[in-house]
Amino acid sequence: MTKELLKGNVAIAEAAVRAGCEAYFGYPITPQTELLEHMSSRMIELGRTFLQAESEVAAINMVYGAAAAGARVMTSSSSPGISLMQEGISYIAGSEVPVVIVDVIRGGPGLGNIQPSQGDYNQVTKSAGHGDFHPIVLAPSTIQEAIDMMGLAFDLADKYRTLVFVVADGSLGQMMEPAELPPMQELRPRPTWSLTGKKDREQNLISSIYLGASLLEEFNRKLQAKLAIIEKNEVRYEAYELEDAEYVVVAFGTAARVAKTAVQTLRRQGIPVGLFRPISLWPFPEQQLTDLADNGRVKGFLVTEMNAGQMLHDVRLAVGRGLPVKFYGRMGGAIPMPEEIETQILNLINPAAQPETTPEGSNGYINR
Amino acid sequence: MATGRIVIDVERCKGCELCLEACPQDVISLADTFNAKGYRPALLADPNHACTGCALCAVVCPDACITVFRDVPTPKAQVALEV
Amino acid sequence: MATLTADITEKLVYQRPDALADLYTHYCPGCTHGTAHRLVAEVLSELGMQEDAVLVASVGCSVFSYKYFDVDAAEAAHGRACAMATGVKRVNPDKIVFTYQGDGDLASIGLAETMHAAIRGENITVIFLNNAIYGMTGGQMAPTTLPGQHTTSSPFGRDIKLTGNPIHIAEILGSIPGTAYSVRRSMHDARHVIQAKKAIQTAFEAQQKGLGFSVVELLSSCPTNWKMTPNEALSWVRDNMVPTYPLGDYKVHEELQSKRGRGR
Repeated sequence: MTKELLKGNVAIAEAAVRAGCEAYFGYPITPQTELLEHMSSRMIELGRTFLQAESEVAAINMVYGAAAAGARVMTSSSSPGISLMQEGISYIAGSEVPVVIVDVIRGGPGLGNIQPSQGDYNQVTKSAGHGDFHPIVLAPSTIQEAIDMMGLAFDLADKYRTLVFVVADGSLGQMMEPAELPPMQELRPRPTWSLTGKKDREQNLISSIYLGASLLEEFNRKLQAKLAIIEKNEVRYEAYELEDAEYVVVAFGTAARVAKTAVQTLRRQGIPVGLFRPISLWPFPEQQLTDLADNGRVKGFLVTEMNAGQMLHDVRLAVGRGLPVKFYGRMGGAIPMPEEIETQILNLINPAAQPETTPEGSNGYINR
Repeated sequence: MATGRIVIDVERCKGCELCLEACPQDVISLADTFNAKGYRPALLADPNHACTGCALCAVVCPDACITVFRDVPTPKAQVALEV
Repeated sequence: MATLTADITEKLVYQRPDALADLYTHYCPGCTHGTAHRLVAEVLSELGMQEDAVLVASVGCSVFSYKYFDVDAAEAAHGRACAMATGVKRVNPDKIVFTYQGDGDLASIGLAETMHAAIRGENITVIFLNNAIYGMTGGQMAPTTLPGQHTTSSPFGRDIKLTGNPIHIAEILGSIPGTAYSVRRSMHDARHVIQAKKAIQTAFEAQQKGLGFSVVELLSSCPTNWKMTPNEALSWVRDNMVPTYPLGDYKVHEELQSKRGRGR
């Protein structure tokens, strides 16, 4: 296989096709629309299901139906669309059917804009819908990683009968990078629990209703036990230059790409800084961060995100109160520049020597 | 005139009386006793064998608790019944 | 064991259909949801569709319909049954996929999903119960509530100046090119129940032939929330609902013309 120059949204779509995605339902929304457009030709060419729904509400419920019928199915959207899908997402979680959702995050709240953002962190990891559940959330920082994650996402969804989010932001969706696509995988057979007609067996039922309190509590216990297994098995992260690091930048997705550049620059100056990049945002690599904080060498953390500080709280919970955890964030579609992060790292190391704020012209940052 | 009979699943019956209204022969009434759910179930009260087996009671029954039989005159047939 | 001889024999004229699960329903006495369930189950049994059918149940009084039909089933979110059924049907085109929805579910919160399923000509069957009220939540005004009708959320009677007029689903869906079959029937007496069953059968046949979206609107009673006896409620359907919601065929695909029912 050779590398090709691929656009993020198209690469994600083609990777899903090759991972054996049998059905796609979606609704156009910038900055993910190229994903839907790619599906609209490829899925039809392959004789699979593509349908442009009348809304995200309908799209997620079509996904729910196709998943209940046992097909490997996905949708994709961007922040406001994910908000609309929340009802269906909760039903999917409550029915334990495998579904993959790609969220190419844009700036919010409200209509916001179509620029890159990481403002959906809390929504996808902690409040993807009503009730007690977490989807698995995977956050790529390169197009190659996004491609590789699509196969993983479908496999994890099937393995645990759960929802898996792949969260990119507008810049990952829109950028082009050289990357390699995997070979085409065959469609997998329909699972035994799926709705295929009750010939030669008892009725199959896909539902999230448990009317008695004890029944629903029992289901919730089962769901929580499953989530605990996922928390144990499916933590993913990247440790970059952490072997001797005294200062750690924590970032995911596009923000982590920028942070990596800042770390490389400061390393060349002999500053012992490294990058901790959560790849699974849920389950969050909490223990790994706690171990870093407790290793006796690390003196402080800088969290940088393209939001007002959402993952920050997970990092603070993991690190505890013993070490400083500073935050630097850009919002509204702005992407931090490596120099801004370098300044913040230097500020973390020596607060007296550096200005408290960012370089001139960087409006909209949050520093706490 | 055809004749027949109905069998009512009294435990499933909710005593809604729709079959009473639908019955052209007026041979269904409510029991004086209650079923396990506390309803007075419908009963076939047909001393003169007026039921025609028309099944209109079953057609309107919301709880699908009526089974309908129609008599087939077979004067010369000898039918063995297990008792 | 004793052996008796008799001069007559019996034939079975009617029995509970196989596609209806052997369960006691939660419906109130005299509620025509039960009647509609029975008709759908009879049609599935008679057409030999039970083993190929997938029900998408809705939210409202019929929330447990997935238990009452002995077929594969899913429970959709409120109003989303047609979207969910679309997902099931698109990946299972050889299965018989149907929804069972009330008026709050279909005609209010799920109107967009219903309309667009019809617009796409989605090859599914929709059984639509119109009882002019929200039953499950205790008798609130529905989009189908009659002008002047008292409900717990229109306590002075539905004021059409404030809340508009009743929605006519069979007519609206019948106007859509993707719809193969759209009719309204009633269940207020035995004659009309028999006509309703014929319509349900035609709707499933439309799907079997791949003709597109099929819907049967069934005028139904809600004795409990209307505060009437079951028989009074059926009279109310006849005297008040039928004049507002005329029975009839609003779309019959040419391949179904021989099935055109009177319904009146």
